[in-house]
This record gives sequence, structure tokens and C-alpha cells, in this order.
Amino acid sequence: MSTTTTELLKGAAELFPGEVVTQAHVRHIDLPSGAGRFALITLDNGLDHTKPTTFGPQSLANLNTAIDQVEKEAAEGAVVGVGLTGKPFIFAVGADLKGVELLKRREDALAIGKGGHEVFRRLSGLAVPTFAYYNGAAMGGGVEVGLHCSYRTVSSALPAFSLPEVFLGLVPGWGGCALLPNLIGADRAVSVIIENSLNQNKQLKGKQVFELGIADAIFEGADFLEQSLIWTASVLRGELQVVRPDIDRGEAWDQAVARGKAVADSKVHGAAPAAYRALEIGAAAKNGDLSAGFDAEDAALADLIMGDELRSGIYAFNLVQKRAKRPAGAPDKSLARPVTKVGVVGAGLMASQLALLFLRRLEVPVVLTDIDQERVDKGVGYVHAEIDKLLGKGRINQDKANRLKGLVSGVLDKAEGFSDADFIIEAVFEEMGVKQKVFAEVEAVAPAHAILATNTSSLSVSEMASKLKHPERVVGFHFFNPVAILPLLEIVRGEQTDDASLATAFGVARKLKKTAVLCKDAPAFVVNRILTRFMGEIQNTIDEGTPVEVAEKAVEPLGLPMSPLVLLELVGPAIGLHVSETLNRAFPERFTVSPNLAAVVKAGKRGFYVYSAENGFKPELDPEVAALLKQGDTVLTEEKVRTRVMEAVAQEIGLMLQEGVVAEAQDIDLCLITGAGWPFHLGGITPYLDREGYAERVNGKKFLPQGVASVPA
Amino acid sequence: MPRTVRDVVFVDGVRTPFGKAGPKGIYHETRADDLVVKCIRELLRRNPDLDPARIDEVALAATTQIGDQGLTLGRTAGILAGLPETVPGYSVDRMCAGAMTAVTAIAGGVAFGAYDIAVAGGVEHMGRHPMGEGVDPNPRFVSEKLVDESALFMGMTAENLHDRFPHLTKQRADEYAVRSQEKAAKAYADGKIQADLVPVSVRRTNPEAGETGWGLATADEPMRPGTTLENLAGLKTPFRAHGRVTPGNAAGLNDGATASLIAAEDVARELGLPVKMRLVSYAFAGVEPEVMGIGPVPSTEKALAKAGLSISDIGLFEVNEAFAVQVLAFLDHYGIADDDPRVNQYGGAIAFGHPLASSGVRLMTQLARQFEEQPHVQYGLTTMCVGFGMGGTVIWENPHFDKAAGGNK
Repeated sequence: MSTTTTELLKGAAELFPGEVVTQAHVRHIDLPSGAGRFALITLDNGLDHTKPTTFGPQSLANLNTAIDQVEKEAAEGAVVGVGLTGKPFIFAVGADLKGVELLKRREDALAIGKGGHEVFRRLSGLAVPTFAYYNGAAMGGGVEVGLHCSYRTVSSALPAFSLPEVFLGLVPGWGGCALLPNLIGADRAVSVIIENSLNQNKQLKGKQVFELGIADAIFEGADFLEQSLIWTASVLRGELQVVRPDIDRGEAWDQAVARGKAVADSKVHGAAPAAYRALEIGAAAKNGDLSAGFDAEDAALADLIMGDELRSGIYAFNLVQKRAKRPAGAPDKSLARPVTKVGVVGAGLMASQLALLFLRRLEVPVVLTDIDQERVDKGVGYVHAEIDKLLGKGRINQDKANRLKGLVSGVLDKAEGFSDADFIIEAVFEEMGVKQKVFAEVEAVAPAHAILATNTSSLSVSEMASKLKHPERVVGFHFFNPVAILPLLEIVRGEQTDDASLATAFGVARKLKKTAVLCKDAPAFVVNRILTRFMGEIQNTIDEGTPVEVAEKAVEPLGLPMSPLVLLELVGPAIGLHVSETLNRAFPERFTVSPNLAAVVKAGKRGFYVYSAENGFKPELDPEVAALLKQGDTVLTEEKVRTRVMEAVAQEIGLMLQEGVVAEAQDIDLCLITGAGWPFHLGGITPYLDREGYAERVNGKKFLPQGVASVPA
Repeated sequence: MPRTVRDVVFVDGVRTPFGKAGPKGIYHETRADDLVVKCIRELLRRNPDLDPARIDEVALAATTQIGDQGLTLGRTAGILAGLPETVPGYSVDRMCAGAMTAVTAIAGGVAFGAYDIAVAGGVEHMGRHPMGEGVDPNPRFVSEKLVDESALFMGMTAENLHDRFPHLTKQRADEYAVRSQEKAAKAYADGKIQADLVPVSVRRTNPEAGETGWGLATADEPMRPGTTLENLAGLKTPFRAHGRVTPGNAAGLNDGATASLIAAEDVARELGLPVKMRLVSYAFAGVEPEVMGIGPVPSTEKALAKAGLSISDIGLFEVNEAFAVQVLAFLDHYGIADDDPRVNQYGGAIAFGHPLASSGVRLMTQLARQFEEQPHVQYGLTTMCVGFGMGGTVIWENPHFDKAAGGNK
């Protein structure tokens, strides 16, 4: 077996010359209490903890060689056990995704799956017991290599433990799907493999790893390895029996799988295959046949690696992890000016939310102003109440609460509030005249270096700045609701905005922990423009005669976080209408203003749907809204609606790229993922538009080159 | 207010295995603070009846208080060890007698009533912090001949001691060193040492030093069992051409840490903690820095006088073996034979190593074991020489003492 594994991995290694190679060091130790000679394997890529240890083909080959050595020693009786641990702070974080991206052929994908299995499985077939010591971060293949061992310990200081495969578009395919339910039961396995993974890749801490039964013992970080080895000695000497609860292989197993399906449906609506493949393997693992499970994992891995959902998932992951940290087009950081005090014009809900965010992240004085004392008091009161909530939840301590409350204030007089502010953001009524007036007032009292930022969602930043003495310091700073949750921040460069102001804005965004994307001063910027075109096209089909439920169902296969009309309800029909009017003025040939939407807004409705307990709070078309709707007689099928809507989106994005609204299609996707919650398996949207053919049909070309968010040619 | 001086006891003591300093030593890639942290945690594990919040102080010694031995180690190591934030700590330095001084300072505080129970220990990572790192001796030492130039170099002071006592020959020193190795090897074989060692995980990334990856230190690295006089005869005398002090009849350069629990006796009894030794008296004394090895003589004189005891009352001796000649000078002064069975029964620093500021507690931990086994002994002492011309002595009473066991004292 070893020879074929070696060949398999050698072949794979040739495909991945850039692998950061993990070494598997074998070191022999004398266990405490005279328990005997022990071989301890350390996985270490030779870099510090900021470059976590991964498994590429050469790394697997190294582990295989180490296992050759300890297998022989175990057979000869030279060692009483074999252990596996990681470098400081890191156990291992799984397969090297860069290598996965390079794979072009199914047989190579299959080789990676088989290679991992064949190496890891050997750990369960040695003549002596094997032990995994999860000393630090363990993900994916890192978790799985430990699952193949006879016993596991975990550090209570371990910060992150997960099987993120399904989140990315894979299955835990080096044993995870088959082994985990057989170790901790199907229901707990579903929580780890499906639920946590689809819940934005939620991480477990050491204590939870132990409580779930993944680890047999837990020790504190300060002497984790020592205590693990002492525990190992007790196990090997027979002084300590490891007892694991029996696994329920009856109905509970099937129920767990059904629960997993429900979770997957609620998250990806059947639109991405990974979770379902993982559940299939998990369901089959009920009979305890691990070999069959591993074969099924290999097949699933190969299929998924050759599928575009995974490629889109990795693409999206890289956007969020890498591109988000180095915004395309942002000026040099060194140009940024310090921000030691923030002013907020307006004290309404949005302004108050912004004040809270600036306060919590920058921890500098934040001053709110508004037109009367009552509004100012209300704004400050909101911030205080939110601080108290954080205090109540234990998220901050009393000292921090006192500090934050001491930093926020409200005044009526802008001169008093803003004379020493470095960054002033307005969140007043969305009307050009009002905003220009506010900026003029602010400019009159603010220091010469202060940045004037606007949270406008659709007005022209350049126009807003045009009447100022120093228009070069105005930037667009467009947040997404809910401000505390959605990561996206569209930073808009006006025609006259200078580099220093822009750099300062990006610096502030970084401190706010937001994903900043640089946009041109174009109508509605990025997310709202695409969403408005998307919703507008759906609305058009309804207005023309397609039933609401058909139009809604048409885009279900995309697996968006919510249906278009539910989203409209969240945004507020009035705001939706306002943005569509703005865009209609800018691009009348593509953006329409729906008379039905206008009627709904005029009637004061908050949305198209009503929800009732009898119907399980599922959305039902509000009869009052139904009565308002004036539809034509053109009834489209779901497929026709979908084609029309997606072609419209493809066209709009094509035009936005032509106009230079953002640097690249990647920025569009980053915006949709972080600002609208569009899913990883779509890669935002352009990978989906490419692979479904919409982009080529509408624009004559794909958005992304082959190999980016798709299998390389 | 009326005060009562309280009896002070040694509750428990542990140490890391000692390592050889340098790039091939077991602790080369291990931090000094981590070494002492593991000792504190082991003390807590071994004494589960002790609520860590009851600990009133953490006194930790290091000679070179730089980097991972700096930053008020007593406080920082306490936090790293997981002690409650309410437990304070401080750092101590009296070079080789650092841990001994931590114990006596804490003991003074306990007797006075300032503390009920506290941690005292020390660490020295001579690989990460070579002797003399960052020192800046005042030039007046030399210009005004306040001390001889040799006073700064411990090996030279040992040669000076041979000069002062010509009858303490290299031969006698080597014979003493061979016995130290033999006794240490026997103590290991009899399991006397291991029980008080804390295993330490050690990382190695340099393949020239041996197998790489994580390992576990479970035994003293410097030990040279089977050492013979012949082996020692040929060794170089690095401190003086044709001298007498060699790496074989001196302790090496080492890495290691120790920690102990010191308590008021009534508190230890109340908490159900062990009472391994009872403090009788202690003293430190100064001598000419260039013959610092003679320091234990005046410190022992002082400590005996304070206790109202004479040397003949002492049934067990734990003398630090910085240099064989320094032990011989001490024994010679009191007319005790070089191979007296009461002295360093488990061997000493020549075999185990001497990570400067940590060693004091090793002596105590070993004496405590010997007390337990030898109830006929009533008193024992721990003593060591200290750089820049000092000695320190702590006299202990055996709580297991049983006259009926046949002891004279």
C-alpha cells in the first residue's frame, strides 16, 4: 500500500510546486511513570503561527514517511505508542486550498482524496495505540488526522476547531464524514459538519471539543502536552480506562440526518451540493463500515473539486480573507491622517448606530449634533442604552462602559462639537440640498484637515462636495444595514477627493473592522445598483403579469439568503422605491419605477407579505397588497423569469465594469457577499453568471478568466 | 498589638529536570518563565486541597533578570500559571542563593504574620542568559581594589579556595565529584529524585541537536553516571593553566527551575497540607568575594548560633556543589569527612546541575525527602555559596523526627 500511496502523492506533488511543505518530525521520548518509549510526531511547516500548518501532497508524503518509521518501530515493540501534535498554537488546518485550486482532472482530485485517506488510515492500523494531541487550531484535514487515532486530548486554550469543508463547498473527505458520527453520534456530527460549517464557519473551542466527545481528555494550555503525555502513560499502563458513550444507531441517526438536511435547506436552499453529499455519507456511515465511507468520501471530493461550486467557494473565501484586507485601488496607508475625534451630523437611528460603531471601534470622542435638543438626547440615549446592553451581556466590563459613555456626547452647536473633530460623517435626510447645506455648515466650523464623509446611498458625492471650499476632503462612506453586522463599507471617491482623505477613510474603515471597497462616484454605487436592477427586473415581470409566487420562486435555485420581496420588506419599500427613482433618473433605459411598488408605498404598507401563526409565519401575499396590484397579462415561467433577471444583472455588472465603478469583477462579488449576504457557492454572483452562460450571452464574454472561480483549462 | 511569631514550614517542593545550557541542551528552545510556570502548576496539582486564592505571595528568583527572566517574574509567572489575579508576586536576586533567599524572605513574612502561605522558587536559563549577561561592574571595584578581579569569575574563586587550603587537593575534589555522580545515579535508580520532578515539554527545531519536534524532559540532562577518577584526571582546567578546577569537579552551566510552598504551620495543618520540614533558623553572611566558596562557613555559624545548635546536632546536610572544593572547605572546617554519609545523600549539583537562582529549593526538596525516610534525624541544613562573596544557610527540623527511631538528635 505504501508504494502506491507514495506514487500517488508524488504525482500530486508535481502538480503543486508551490506547496508550503509540512514536515512530520519523529522524536522519541520516555513516557512518565516508566510507561515506556513513545514516538511523538510533530507537524510543523517551519513557519510561525501566522502561517498555519497545512497538508499538501508533499506534506502528506512526509507524514507517510514518518508513519513508515513508527509503524516499523511499533511492530518491533520498540515503542509502546505513537502521538501526533502540532507546532506552537497550531495543530493543523487541513488541506492546502491553493493546491486544490490547481487541480484540473478528476483523477488528480481523486488522488488527493485517496492520498489523504491512505496516509491517515495507517494511524488506526499500527500495532500500538495512537494519540492525537490537539494543541492548537485544528481544521478540516487537521481535525480528521486526529480522528484516525485511537485517542485524542484537546487543549482548553484551543481557539478554533472546525470542519469548514461544507462552508467552502467540499465534504470532510479525509475521514471526517464517516468517522465523526461513529465517534460522537450522528446528531453531534451534523452540528459540527453541517450546522457550524454553514453558520459562517463557526469555530469550536477546546472545551466544546471535549464536551462533544471528540476528545477523550482536556488539559489547560500552560502544560497541555506534558499533561497529555502523563495521561497517555496512564492509558498505556492500563491505569485509566477511556469510556465513550454508546452511539445510537437507530432512529436517532436518521433524525440527525434529516435535521442536517433541514439546516442545509434553510441555508443554501438546495443550491449547493456539498452539505447534501456530506449528509449522504454520514447517513451511510450508520452501519459503521468505514471503508465504504472513505470510498464515498473520495468520490464526493473528486466530484466537488471538479465542480464550480467549490471553485466559487474558494474564490469567495479568498476574496473575504485576502482581497478584503488589501482593498484594490486604496492609496498608500502612510498618507492617512490620525482620527482622534469623530463628529456625526444627525442623531436619528442611522446616525446613532454609526456613532455607536465609531465609539466602540475607535474609542475616541464621538459628538452627535441635530436640529433640536430632543433629537440629540434621543441619539445619545440610544448609544447609552446599547452600551448598557453590551454590559449586561458581559461583552464589555463596567470600566469600558464608563469609558465609552464618557466619550459620547451630543450638542446643538456644530461649532462647539466639531471644532476639533478629524472625521465628520453626515447621516441626515437623503436629499442633495439638505446634505450640501449641512456640509457647508460643517466646513465653516471644522478644522481644515477634517474629513467630511457622507453615508449617502445614492446621491452623488462629487455634487455634494461641489459647493465647498475644500471639496477634496469629501468621501462617500456607505454602510449597510444592520451596520453592526454587515461587513461591507463602500468608500466612494468623488471627482475631487484627494489621496490623503481617501487613505484616511480606508484607515478608519480598517479600524471599524469593515470590508472597504473603493467605488467610483456612480449612481447607487455597487450593491444597491445591482440589487435594484435585480429586484426591478423581478418587479417588472410581476407588473407585466407573472404571479408573485412564480417570480419569487424563479430565483430560488440561486440559494440567496432571502427572497427578493422579503428583502424588499427588510430594506423598506419606500427606500427601495426611492433608490429605483434615483437610478431611473440616471439610467431610464434600464431602471424602471414600478407603479405597483409606488402604490404599495403610498398605501403605507411595510411589505408585500403578511405572517400568521396559523401558517407557521411563512410569508403570504397580503390581500390588501394583492388588491393594489395592477398586473398585465404576460405570464412567464420560472425559467424565463430567471433568465431575464440574471441577464439584466449580467448586463448591469458588465456596464459597471466598463464605467469603472470598481476595479474588477472581484470587487463586485466581494460587495455582494459582504454587503448583501450573497452566498459563497455563487462566488458572489459573477462566477455564477459565467458558468450559467448569462455573461457570455449578454456581454459576449465571461467576467472572470478560466481557472478563477472555475476549474482551470 | 501583641504579636506571635509563627512556625514556618516547608510544605512541598518540585523542580524541572535540569538541562545543559547551550544550543544542544534540552531547554534551548524553551522559555525560562515557562519552566517556572510548570513548577508552580505542579505544586497546585500535587496539593489539591490548597485553594490558589489562599496564596499570599509568589517570590521567584533569577540572577539575570532580563527578557523571559525579567518583568517581575513572580507576578508574571503567577498569571501565566493560572493563579488568581489577586495573588501578588515579586522577583528576587541573590545570584546562586536566589531561591533560598525567596524561601527565607517568604519565611520571614510568614513568621511576622504577613503571609499564611506563599510560593518561593527560582529559575535560571543559563543558555538564554549566560552568566554575566548585561553586567556593568562599577570601575571602582578594581580601581580602588575593593575586590580582586577574579571575584567576578566563579571558577577563579574556586581556584583561589584551593590556594587558601592547599590540603584540599584536586585529587580530593575529583574523588568527591565521582562520589556525587555515583550517589546521584543511585538516587535515580532508587526513585528518590523523579517524584519531585515536573516533566517539561521541549521543542527542538535544530536537527544538529538531535531528533526534532516536541519531546519531553523527564530526567536531569547533565548527569554522567559511571564517571571515574580516570575520566576526570584528564579534563582541562579552564580557569587557570595547570589549575585544579575542571568541568568534572564543578557544576556545569544549566537551565532549570524550582518552586516550593512555604506556610505557617498552623495554616498548613488547617488546610490539610503536608508539613515536610520546619524552619529552625537561617542566616546569610559575607566573605571576601575572591573566595566566595567559603561563604557557607560563616553563614552556618550564624544560623547555628541563632538556633542554639551546634554542628553536631545536624543529622543531614544538603550542600550545594557549585565546586567540589567549596564543599570540601565547608566539611574540612567542621571536621566532617569528605565522604560522610550525612552529606548530600542523593548526590549534588556536580551531577544534577546548578541553574543558579533555582538551586536553593532543590536542596530543600531533597532534604525533605531524606527527613521523611530518616525519622531518627531531628535537624538538617541546606547551605550554599553565593557570588560576590556570600554564603547562605537554612536549618530545618524534621517533623517526622521520632526519638524512638533511634536518633541521637
